Amino acid sequence: MMTAANIPLLVAVPLAGAFLCALLARKSHPIADTLGTLTVAVVLALSIVAVFSPAASHAVGGWPAPMGILLVMDGLAAFMLVTVSVVAFLVMIYALSYMNAYTGRWQFHTLFLLMLAGMNGVVITGDLFNLFVFLEVASIASYALVAFGTGKHELEAAFKYAIMGSLGSLLLLLGIAFLYGYTGTLNMAHMARMLGELGQAPITVTALVLLLSGFALKAAIVPFHSWLPDAHPSAPAPISAMLSGVLIKSLGVYTIARLVFNVFGITPELSNLLLVLGAISMGVGVILALRQWDMKRLLAYHSVSQVGYIILGLGLGTPLGILGGLFHLFNHSIFKSLLFLNSGALEQATGTRNLKEMGGLSKRMPTTSWTTLSASMSISGVPPFSGFWSKLIIVMACVEQGQWFYASWAILVSILTLASFLKVTKFAFLGRLRKRFEHVREVPVAMRFGMAVLALLCILGGLMLVPAAKEMLLDPAVRVLDHGVITLGEVVNL
Amino acid sequence: MAIHSDEGGMTLVVKTVTRLTVGLIFLYGVYIVLNGHLSPGGGFAGGVIIALSFMNLVLAFGGKKAVEIVKKNAVTAMESIGAILFLGIALLGFTEGGFFRSFLSQGETFKLISGGTIPLSNIAICIKVGAGLFGIFLTLMVLMGSERKEK
Amino acid sequence: MIHAWLPYVLCALLFSVGVYAVLSKKNLIKIIMGIIIAEYAVNLFLILLCWRKDGEAPILHPGAVGQVMVDPLPQALVLTSIVIGLATTAFLVAIAMRLHDRYGTYDITRIRELRG
Repeated sequence: MMTAANIPLLVAVPLAGAFLCALLARKSHPIADTLGTLTVAVVLALSIVAVFSPAASHAVGGWPAPMGILLVMDGLAAFMLVTVSVVAFLVMIYALSYMNAYTGRWQFHTLFLLMLAGMNGVVITGDLFNLFVFLEVASIASYALVAFGTGKHELEAAFKYAIMGSLGSLLLLLGIAFLYGYTGTLNMAHMARMLGELGQAPITVTALVLLLSGFALKAAIVPFHSWLPDAHPSAPAPISAMLSGVLIKSLGVYTIARLVFNVFGITPELSNLLLVLGAISMGVGVILALRQWDMKRLLAYHSVSQVGYIILGLGLGTPLGILGGLFHLFNHSIFKSLLFLNSGALEQATGTRNLKEMGGLSKRMPTTSWTTLSASMSISGVPPFSGFWSKLIIVMACVEQGQWFYASWAILVSILTLASFLKVTKFAFLGRLRKRFEHVREVPVAMRFGMAVLALLCILGGLMLVPAAKEMLLDPAVRVLDHGVITLGEVVNL
Repeated sequence: MAIHSDEGGMTLVVKTVTRLTVGLIFLYGVYIVLNGHLSPGGGFAGGVIIALSFMNLVLAFGGKKAVEIVKKNAVTAMESIGAILFLGIALLGFTEGGFFRSFLSQGETFKLISGGTIPLSNIAICIKVGAGLFGIFLTLMVLMGSERKEK
Repeated sequence: MIHAWLPYVLCALLFSVGVYAVLSKKNLIKIIMGIIIAEYAVNLFLILLCWRKDGEAPILHPGAVGQVMVDPLPQALVLTSIVIGLATTAFLVAIAMRLHDRYGTYDITRIRELRG
């Protein structure tokens, strides 16, 4: 059982792993690998225990809220933790074999564990400035991971990502400063109460706009998305999977949801804003993805589009909409990271990312082939894969609210996504095998294991809507967001 | 004024003055760290000053001589040790009942030995920040040195 | 005459200068300096939030009990923020030096191989 005192372990364990890796693992690869995998496994175990435990909160250092920092483990936090840890564990197993092509293994593991610690910290904290600090920890670790190969394109992409990310963080800090000056507190629950008492003022609107801009930049929502198509393709494949699969959601979408639902309270204007942003992201992402021939760049643009789906679902504000948005968040983490791992496998086997140069690889690479197929069917919303169920719930929630335009837009974007992934399947896997690919071999066991488990989760993901499973994982998260503004007394009564 | 790691550093005047003052700068940094719970300063500020004293050595005596005094591996090891020390202090709080709780007595106010675990945390942060900043400086110097060699 | 809102005008000015530098300068190092200036503008704004009328420095010494002190919380926030700024600056400068190694120039209009 996860008692309240054990909540900080979710951040302390990956931090300890990262520092030990930096100290002990410089000389030999196996020590770094073991340390990394062990730490991520422990975090996964702690997250699964957290799902089965009742909600708890922990005041760090014994200082009571609202003076001290409060770490809160409620339904939404447990849901995000499980998503992050499952993807991190499978990506780590994949990376054990993929990173043989790079030097400096200990640096990879240190930065990966720091990023994981940052993401966990963002999810479990209840204090606004603590959220900013952990967000920065995760962001800086991800800037360094994008530049990991130190080739030309990696460095250029990392520079662009770092500059835009820093500007986004500055906007966030400004917003937090405005809110602190107005309400006098940094604890999110206490701030919610003070905002209720002090009422709306131009300063809260300014702060909300600044905070939304900063978090939207981290989540790659249009118009703040332009760093993503450069940064995600240039990173090594396991890092692209982590970035696109969990980082943009844990740092961007989760924080927007927390802020809009639990601190400010959703209003019709905010709901409309999120709906419009989500719809624009969906459209821009999929249209720009249609003309891409570089596989990873295509996947990056699809990330922008699918995050638009999640924001659309969350922006509806109803329990069904929130359920659709959160379920799509989980599904997207699974199938987008799987797609990036597949592109890494293809790149390792054939040496190219350009779809026009591949062809007929399904004969030589069967595992990669069926896992890519399941992920593509899932992202396009083909039944019975997991993506179909979450998109169905989002469309149903739109229709329930009478938003016919958004429902039809969601279906149209889904059809365009299907077209894009049929292109990927045709050009990469079907067709004639080129002469120079006659001797490609399937990727090693570690990579195949990671991809296969993720693909199984894609296929079986729809089972999460079975009432027994739904009650355990998704419903508590939906209840937290649907509760609206949470003040200090009710932080753990959900 | 440029850092050529194959030359001897700066002029004789700079070297003599540095020899006299660098120890004082280091001591000042240590003072700021140890009094972190009583007056402004603390771990980060003291760590930066200690790192500056090492950088002063490197700038005045040139890269080669400075490497004899402090090796790069030692610097990065100290950084990790500082971080692990800080995390260890936080985890030791578990014996007292929670993460980050103080397991030392509070002591009398305004004395040097007071404030629970805050002085220990200050020392750990000082080691980490000092070593980290100096490590960044050495890395950038190495980058610049290798760039110069290519030209 | 010194109005109470003049330091806030300074913050806004510094932030605009920093963002202008990021948006319109072509040299990598100037862009990094723009980020640094904007960062310090936000830190200055955080510190300006602390001020209380007739407040003293928030240091407890014998005989200081019961005095009006300025708010110490934003000062701790700014300390953290300065450290984060240091880490970001160090990272950006290292990347800029390596970019110069690979591309041979610091001009950002020539470092444009990723597009589409």
